[in-house]
Amino acid sequence: MITVNGLRKRFGATTALDGMTFTVQPGQVTGFVGPNGAGKSTTMRVVLGLDAADAGEALVDGHPYRALCHPLRHVGSLLDAAAVSPGRTARNHLLWLAHSQGLGPRRVDEVLDTVGLTSVARRRAGGFSLGMRQRLGIAAALLGDPPTLMLDEPFNGMDPEGIIWMRRLTRELAAGGRAVLVSSHLMSQLQDIADHVVVAGRGRVLADASVTQLLAAVSDGRVTVRSAAARAAAVLAGGGGSVTVAGDGTLVVTGLPAEAIAALLSRNGVPFSELAAHRATLEDAYLELTRDAVEYRAADPAAADPAAADPAAAAPAATPGKAL
Amino acid sequence: MNAFADTLRAEWTKFRTIRGWVIGTVAIVGVIVAFGLNPGMKGSCGTNGPGSECALPVGPGGEEVTDNFTFLHQALTGDGVVTVRLTAMTGVGLGNPDEPSHAVEPWAKAGLIVRAGTGRGSSYAAVMVTGGHGVRMQYDYTHDVAGSPGGVTAAAPRWLRLSRAGDTVTAAESVDGGRWTTVGTARPRGLPSTVEVGLFATSPQHSEELHAGLMSGAMGGPTQVTGTFDHLATRDGWTGTAWRPDVIGAPSGPAGGASGGVGPDGGALGSERAGDAIRLTGSGDIAPAVAGAGGLGVSITQTLVGTFVALILAVVVGTVFVSAEYRRGLVRTTFAASPDRSRVLAAKVTVVGGVMFVAGLAAAAATVVLGQRVLRGNGVYVHPVPAGTEVRVVVGTAALLAVAAILALGLGTLLRRGVTAVTTAVLLIVLPYLLAMTVLPGDVARWLLRVSPAAAFALQQASPEYPQVANLYTPADGYFPLAPWAGFAVLAGWAAVVLAAAAVTQRRRDA
Repeated sequence: MITVNGLRKRFGATTALDGMTFTVQPGQVTGFVGPNGAGKSTTMRVVLGLDAADAGEALVDGHPYRALCHPLRHVGSLLDAAAVSPGRTARNHLLWLAHSQGLGPRRVDEVLDTVGLTSVARRRAGGFSLGMRQRLGIAAALLGDPPTLMLDEPFNGMDPEGIIWMRRLTRELAAGGRAVLVSSHLMSQLQDIADHVVVAGRGRVLADASVTQLLAAVSDGRVTVRSAAARAAAVLAGGGGSVTVAGDGTLVVTGLPAEAIAALLSRNGVPFSELAAHRATLEDAYLELTRDAVEYRAADPAAADPAAADPAAAAPAATPGKAL
Repeated sequence: MNAFADTLRAEWTKFRTIRGWVIGTVAIVGVIVAFGLNPGMKGSCGTNGPGSECALPVGPGGEEVTDNFTFLHQALTGDGVVTVRLTAMTGVGLGNPDEPSHAVEPWAKAGLIVRAGTGRGSSYAAVMVTGGHGVRMQYDYTHDVAGSPGGVTAAAPRWLRLSRAGDTVTAAESVDGGRWTTVGTARPRGLPSTVEVGLFATSPQHSEELHAGLMSGAMGGPTQVTGTFDHLATRDGWTGTAWRPDVIGAPSGPAGGASGGVGPDGGALGSERAGDAIRLTGSGDIAPAVAGAGGLGVSITQTLVGTFVALILAVVVGTVFVSAEYRRGLVRTTFAASPDRSRVLAAKVTVVGGVMFVAGLAAAAATVVLGQRVLRGNGVYVHPVPAGTEVRVVVGTAALLAVAAILALGLGTLLRRGVTAVTTAVLLIVLPYLLAMTVLPGDVARWLLRVSPAAAFALQQASPEYPQVANLYTPADGYFPLAPWAGFAVLAGWAAVVLAAAAVTQRRRDA
């Protein structure tokens, strides 16, 4: 379990952390999302005792990280998959880590098997693809069989198969009772694996809620109805809904659930061809929350780039997020 | 302690699993051995058939000595006193054969001597006037006591006196033969009841440093001195007037045989008497034998010339062992695994220091033992040294490599960038040694070898430096300005300061 409480840190004139506070609970995957510069990586480095915070504290199982004797038995982490010696084999990389925790080569072979690197264990890590390095980093995180895991952008560089594997692995780890923190700048990657989401922006927590709560907060209960009948609007308004006529025979109804709308229209003999409840995605919630917190917002392409006005020369729109 | 053992084991695993570092360590052993066993040096000792071996006389203390001088002497038994007056010293120097100098060598000697015998290496006590170091009492080759300063002229002659009483010989000097001042007393080792008493004169090899542009070297040659004596007298138990001339260790004749010899200028070595006046012309020295420009042969230090190449490798491995982690960000993984950064630094120091020490020890031990044989096989005279010195040179070479690599590791931690750190370490540790060995004039070279980490090369000095023996005591000949362990302390001091700075910065800094 990780407790982050009131972390503040400045790098020169830049405020990296501005009162970051949250808790990572056991038995669930906590998503840690936010745009670039939100302070996700800095928070993780502070938790691991790598960076010192100017104020606040970060505790692992109730202790500061630096007080842990064999810390990898408490928290496993993946910060930067590229941080390996290119000349050392995957197995030897894990072996020195194991030795530092008082563990032996048998545990190394186990985690290599878990992440599926057994066949390349004796190859130099310098020749690994980013996806293989991510697996090696996961193996290192699992080495001490820790109750808490902290993975910074684990999906980066992974092929679709790897992403599926990683999602399943994180869910399994949480199902086994571990506290799992997974950071990403793409909310969509956390859609089906996170039980809880911490949304960060400008060094602060913007939202800290379960996925269910977060979706409910963004969903506004709008239902779209398509009907050619002119009296449809009157029927629905009479039934207690608030109706906006969008033209083309489309009505947007709020204040009535979709089932009630269907029953109301049928009872009054009003024909309708389409009935759709508007469901918010995690992505919507995220965009809503981080609207003001995006550090590097792409300028309106039309305004910023004259070439964009010419459809033939449309440039790919920049999106907030780390380049993959 | 258990946590340190785990960190240490992890760092050792890190070290042994990078092929380049292991190869570098093996290469350290390789270059030391290769340089030691393939010396470019050739000599003539023992290469011209039987009789050409270079054998030096051995003094009473077991050390090798030079014992060449002109001697006017007689055997006298029991206690007694001998006095003489020295009125002039003139010299011939042949450093440049075309232009012989007439200066008296600073360590040219003329005076009285009491010896156990005429054999070379006999124990003795002597009182003498020197060319440039005043009156001295010397005994048994390695001992030297200063009397009054100044030389000798016809207007200001010097009276010298040696008194024997049992095992003790007392030396005294006087300006008028009336008021005597004791210079010193000595108990030469195993002085028999009957001793050879008399006058002697000798003058050592001249040598000077030569600097021409970027090249440096030494030049020199043999010299001779002529001492003019009168009022030679014995009393208080010693009687006899049958003074016998000899040239001991004459370069062109059997030792102690002829009454004369051929001097370095082709002129006569020996003695002439004109009435009361006696002129003694001699060349050589009565002193411990030294290696170097003014002496003969080399010391065992010569076998370890490959050390500086090994040092470059040790410095590179020591630096990169830590800077490579910063380069890849691997240091975060290291500190996440072992949050006590000083413990990590201590573990790295132990691994690098231990590896380099073991490599240096193996290489130096093999090279000193085998390299001496190779040099002797090539006809080079290698001064034998006591076993303790040999062990110190071997262990010292290992310690030098180990601590230099630790210093480099500290620099790597402090500077983090491999290229910067390696450059700094080489500039700081290896370059001062190379400059001191090659192009720098003696004084600057000696200063560098006092203050820079290269001072630790003093650990490799095998032959002691005698202030009373004329020689060029240059680093290139294996003479260093600091005592062995003092030189090592300079390097250790550098390493301690840099490591302390590294430990503090690394604790404060975000990883």
